[in-house]
Amino acid sequence: MNLMMKVLRYEIHNSIRSKWVILYTFFFFLLGYTLFSLSSDVNKAYISLMNIVLIVIPLVSLIFGAIYLYSSREFIEMMLSQPIDRKSLFTGIYFGTSIPLAAGYLIGIVTPFLIFGKVKEQTEGLMFLVLIGIALTFVFTAISFLITVLQDDKAKGLGLIILIWLIFSVIYDGIMLFVVYYFEEYPLEKVMIALSVINPIDLGRILFLMKFNISALMGYTGAVFQSFFGSTLGVLLSAIGLLLWIAVPLFFSTKIFRKKDF
Amino acid sequence: MIEIKNLNKKFGKNHVLKTISLSIVSGKVTAVVGPNGSGKTTLIKSVLGLVNQTDGEILVDGENTKGNFSYRNKIGYMPQAAKYPDNLTTNELLSLVKDLRANGDSRSKELIESFNLKSELEKPFKNLSGGTKQKVSVLISFAFNPQIYFLDEPTAGLDPISSSYFKDLVAKEKENKKTIVLTSHIMGEIQEIADEIVFLLEGEIKYKGTISSLLEHKKETKLERAIAELMSGVEK
Repeated sequence: MNLMMKVLRYEIHNSIRSKWVILYTFFFFLLGYTLFSLSSDVNKAYISLMNIVLIVIPLVSLIFGAIYLYSSREFIEMMLSQPIDRKSLFTGIYFGTSIPLAAGYLIGIVTPFLIFGKVKEQTEGLMFLVLIGIALTFVFTAISFLITVLQDDKAKGLGLIILIWLIFSVIYDGIMLFVVYYFEEYPLEKVMIALSVINPIDLGRILFLMKFNISALMGYTGAVFQSFFGSTLGVLLSAIGLLLWIAVPLFFSTKIFRKKDF
Repeated sequence: MIEIKNLNKKFGKNHVLKTISLSIVSGKVTAVVGPNGSGKTTLIKSVLGLVNQTDGEILVDGENTKGNFSYRNKIGYMPQAAKYPDNLTTNELLSLVKDLRANGDSRSKELIESFNLKSELEKPFKNLSGGTKQKVSVLISFAFNPQIYFLDEPTAGLDPISSSYFKDLVAKEKENKKTIVLTSHIMGEIQEIADEIVFLLEGEIKYKGTISSLLEHKKETKLERAIAELMSGVEK
């Protein structure tokens, strides 16, 4: 653990100076700033912000994580020739990549709320936005690390990553819609809840929506969702779902990394 | 002292190292030579633990390397292609490695001076030239005064002044009874600094012995010719 912290410190030093992390921070700042300037309705701005966050965070975390790990290959070789175990090195690089991204997001998203004095008005909403955004950063960096250790070919790896992003953010919703349409006649609420918990992006979206009490717009299903995700048990299960999405890919990627030849 | 016993390495169906047994003694410079794809780098990486051995045993100063990482405190490794995180500086990299290793960087001052690196220490790696990165590699591998050196194509990219300084450094370490293993494609250079030679072909050791006895045996004065004969002799 101690060795991991040592690697982490330097990795953070490295990626925090990366122009991509700075650009990423600035992107969220500009986004929040523009939305608050355009609309006096905090809720509208908030929903738009949420929609963009749910698309951008997974995509950027996936791509940044993969590019970073692919380009660190020689550095990893050099580090592995030092007295350090592979697990510490790998987890050090993982947190060294995900923490700066999460921090960049945090700063970028909170600053406009502070500037426009919306923090008091939207304390809970902001908390949700921040926590879910950070959770998604860790989830998708873990997934990108898993793909990267599985696939040595950079082009194939990046292709796979785009595909995974497409599946989670677009195709999965299509499948859900298909299920709803095709099995209209059957009581599907529980199946839908199970299906949403499987996809981390959907999980994030539902948690946002529940906080806004606009689930009523989704009809009966919405009411079922509300009663599930609105309850303590629902929030707890969603949090566990997101944590599993971090832990499982990280566990398998570390396992593969430990056996890998460089 | 490095002892390799019946080392095998397979990448899938590809049998890269075929039951290699070898001991590398201290106080001498051992050069590993062979054509591309003969298994030189895989052999070095097996000792470093970068490549997992299929079977066999590797002992570094009597310590088994399998599932162990503390033995790497004794090793200084200089990789073939130096590439470091874009935004870190040489100073930061040096202190990162220092944090991981048991012994301090007693040599770094001397090396920084000799390689004229002082003005480059605070620059991020993305702004350093290829030759400077190579010097940083020398710095990282020599600064911690290790017992064993693995130098993979060490002089590629070094200017003549740095290259000759580097060769002096290797000679000095040899006098200090260190174990030095290097690979190079420049036979003249090997003849200049190495004592022992290990010739690998298709994952097997085809020759091991001193350079002088190889030259004597082949009745040649140039190592390049002797090695070429060895290669064609093996193929016949």
